[in-house]
Amino acid sequence: MSAPTLTPPASAPEAATTKPAPRRPRKSRNPSARQMTWNAWLFLLVPVTLFVVFMALPIVMALVISFTDYAIVGDFEWLGIDNYLAIAVDPFFWVALRNTAYYTLLYVPAGLLVALGTALLLNRRHRAVRLFRTFFYIPVVASTVATATIWFWMLNPQNGLLNVVLGWFGIDGPAWLYESQWAMIAIVMMSVWAGFGANMIIFLGGLQGVPNDLYEAARLDGANAWQQFRYVTLPSLTRTTFLVSTLLIIGAFQVFDQAYVLTKGGPGNSTVTMVYYIYNKGFGALEMGYASALSFVLFLIILVFSLLNARLTNRNNS
Amino acid sequence: MTNTLSGTRTIETALAAGTAMRLLPPARKKTTRQRVATVAWYIGVVLISIITVAPLVWTISTSLKPATEILSGALNLIPANPTLENYLQVFDEVPFGQYFVNSLVLGIGGALTNIFFGALGGYALAKLKFRGRAAVFAVFLSSLMIPGIITMIPSFLILRSIPFAGGNDALGQGGLGLINTYWAVIIPGAAGAFAVFFMKQFFETLPDELGEAARIDGASEFRIFAIIYFPLAKAGLAVLGIISFQAGWNNFLWPLIVLNSQDMMTVQVGLASFVNNYETAYGPLMAGTVIASLPVLLVFLFAQRYIIEGVAHVGSK
Repeated sequence: MSAPTLTPPASAPEAATTKPAPRRPRKSRNPSARQMTWNAWLFLLVPVTLFVVFMALPIVMALVISFTDYAIVGDFEWLGIDNYLAIAVDPFFWVALRNTAYYTLLYVPAGLLVALGTALLLNRRHRAVRLFRTFFYIPVVASTVATATIWFWMLNPQNGLLNVVLGWFGIDGPAWLYESQWAMIAIVMMSVWAGFGANMIIFLGGLQGVPNDLYEAARLDGANAWQQFRYVTLPSLTRTTFLVSTLLIIGAFQVFDQAYVLTKGGPGNSTVTMVYYIYNKGFGALEMGYASALSFVLFLIILVFSLLNARLTNRNNS
Repeated sequence: MTNTLSGTRTIETALAAGTAMRLLPPARKKTTRQRVATVAWYIGVVLISIITVAPLVWTISTSLKPATEILSGALNLIPANPTLENYLQVFDEVPFGQYFVNSLVLGIGGALTNIFFGALGGYALAKLKFRGRAAVFAVFLSSLMIPGIITMIPSFLILRSIPFAGGNDALGQGGLGLINTYWAVIIPGAAGAFAVFFMKQFFETLPDELGEAARIDGASEFRIFAIIYFPLAKAGLAVLGIISFQAGWNNFLWPLIVLNSQDMMTVQVGLASFVNNYETAYGPLMAGTVIASLPVLLVFLFAQRYIIEGVAHVGSK
């Protein structure tokens, strides 16, 4: 492990500030800084080892594999940047990217708005709040596979709950999962339904941290409810909004379970997402090299959007 | 108090900024407007509750209906002729019992390992002063941002080439390694960055003085951790355990990749394959969904307060 290479601090300032025991001043000594460092690394041994073996090492491996044509069976052949060049002209990659971007574009703002809206609704001193908080949170607990299955039934064109309810209002619902222009929208609806509860809780935490006197000052200045929201609540929620939108973006680019269970990428490739495509290439076609290159492209995209998001959230703050 | 504004607020703006509502002084007599706002609030939250809960209730209801009643398209929540036939069919046609055991092992295994190693790691980061502490923490935290799919293919290859496991030789060649064993799911997730982070946040709320006194008396660090801090962290450990169990039970893509023999499949993977095999048989499908959701749903209902507060606690940091 990396522990032995660390030199203990020459004189630990912490040890100097700890008081010696009053009754037995010399007999029991504080553990030295070296001892503490040892203990800390021992305690962290398993998490750090697992991190190195299943996170750090795989990232390096993925990068190396992405320059080869590794197919599990057979040998590696070094391809250089050929995989990446192939991605650039791979029509399926562009379809998967477009679908994922479409999903992200719909899902992130919708997820953010619903989470914030429901949090505002529940940010209230009321006995019933806890009960409704639980109700709103329940979809989060179910697995995406179970959620997808439930929605598979809800979205049934004839007997599904959604179209039956739409029918009450005289709306002739589409065949959702069987029409390429509706399939992704259905997946977005389902994802918002399944996920907003968790983000709502994070927003609720953020709302509780907004100092009350800010509102009082705003009201003294004659601010109405909307102005209070716009100039007090929103700016105070910058950090929370950043956290939630980052989580949403990272999650959106990695959407897989729903598309796998509900549509298998169809109809007409309209729900083939990036991770779905990577999964198919890697574990379906066993093109591990190409799949690794794809996952690095995805990583870069997520990184760029996370940074953009950081920029954007910060600018709104100032 | 200048409270003239709250009186002139319309329902729409009150709903748009529900925050402002808690500012109303409790002693004041309610105006009609406020009463209307309260009613509107109730309508809003009840509607959303219906949207979130109704699909689940409808799923349970469908799972108890015979096929003819399901196909009739009626929305009755209470089945006219309740039957357990769908459940019997699920267990009859696929080894759902075996899937259930597999998921339980993975869920409980994940919970126990994350509790133990997460607590150890979190304790070290919260209570022990050492060089590199900030760096270790930063690396762990930033790893939460890395998309899982990147590490998936290499992690699969690593698990497949563990020496001497699953027919492998000393160089890790020739066999399947840990693929198709519980270990392939449990080991990589045994001490997740989230668990360490979560427990670090928790241990930081406990006072340093408790450990310092014992340290002066010469107690070993592990003893201090095991006897003093670990029991005090019970509430946090319970939440972490439940969250880890849920995550393990609900996990889909990773088990799908590393557990590919029929008898190692999890409930989620089994359910997913069910959707395609039984596209029109909604009864058994819904029964399978209920089985796949019930354990986590029950745990959640018993511990919902702690889970939600745990999520809020971590989210607010």
